Amino acid sequence: MTKEQAFIIRPASAADIEHIVRLDAAVTSMPKSTYWEALFKDCQSRRNQHFLLVAVKGDVLVGFIAGEIRAWEFGSPPCGWVFAIAVDPNTRLSGMGADLFQAICDAFRRAGITKVRTMVARDAQLVMSFFRAQGMMAGPFVELEKDLDE
Amino acid sequence: MRLQVATRHAIFSVLELASQPDRQMSAVDIAEKYSISPNHLAKVLRTLGREGIVDAARGVGGGYRFVGNPKRLTLFDIIAIFEPIGPTTGGIEAGDDTSEGQALRLVMNEIEDTARATLSSITIDTMLKIARRSSAPKPSERRSVSR
Repeated sequence: MTKEQAFIIRPASAADIEHIVRLDAAVTSMPKSTYWEALFKDCQSRRNQHFLLVAVKGDVLVGFIAGEIRAWEFGSPPCGWVFAIAVDPNTRLSGMGADLFQAICDAFRRAGITKVRTMVARDAQLVMSFFRAQGMMAGPFVELEKDLDE
Repeated sequence: MRLQVATRHAIFSVLELASQPDRQMSAVDIAEKYSISPNHLAKVLRTLGREGIVDAARGVGGGYRFVGNPKRLTLFDIIAIFEPIGPTTGGIEAGDDTSEGQALRLVMNEIEDTARATLSSITIDTMLKIARRSSAPKPSERRSVSR
């Protein structure tokens, strides 16, 4: 860790959840405390498959990343999925997002996983650029959807 | 999707200059590496200069230098300078007012939206990382390409 990156990355604790809820709500404008509480419980019960990591600067939670290992869904062999990442807007451009991504990839590797995936809204250019900068390219699956009232 | 020649020259120039931002390079040096016409490349570099992406120093020892932000400048930004790109918003084409024409437009828009999202998300910095991971044949092993 360099002097500029005075933060640590560790698994989330119960006390972190309210801060995760607050940071997520600030970034996405969609508060969802029940979701994060359920996700934390999943992480506690399946520690080798569900991951919720936080970046802490001093006593302040300034970032988090969430993901899990999924197997055989859509015919895919086991792989790691990153489905949420957030960094405090005041702490961006410090390399924290990249370190969080690296940390969850390390967790996947320790679980024997060799592939990581995520899904990004097509118009979320900054988020997609972030994952591209981590070396991610388009995968072999295409997401399809349909309005059910058609 | 096939890029126009000028667009490819522009992307190669930006990548070459951005890979060594402190160094000035001449159009001839860049043209030699990519086996392209120095005259055509000089025009492309002038356009990139007008867009504020490269800076030109004249005189002996002069050349071009990358002055953009490699973590913000995307492939889409460069391509859009040299050729039309984006959703099909052009004029009405024959058959567009039929249900089949509208279905075809829907599918073509899906393809174009995907291409646009891909090109908008890949910065010059990311392209340089991809290039470093790619293994290129040695210069002596490269096949010649007509200009």
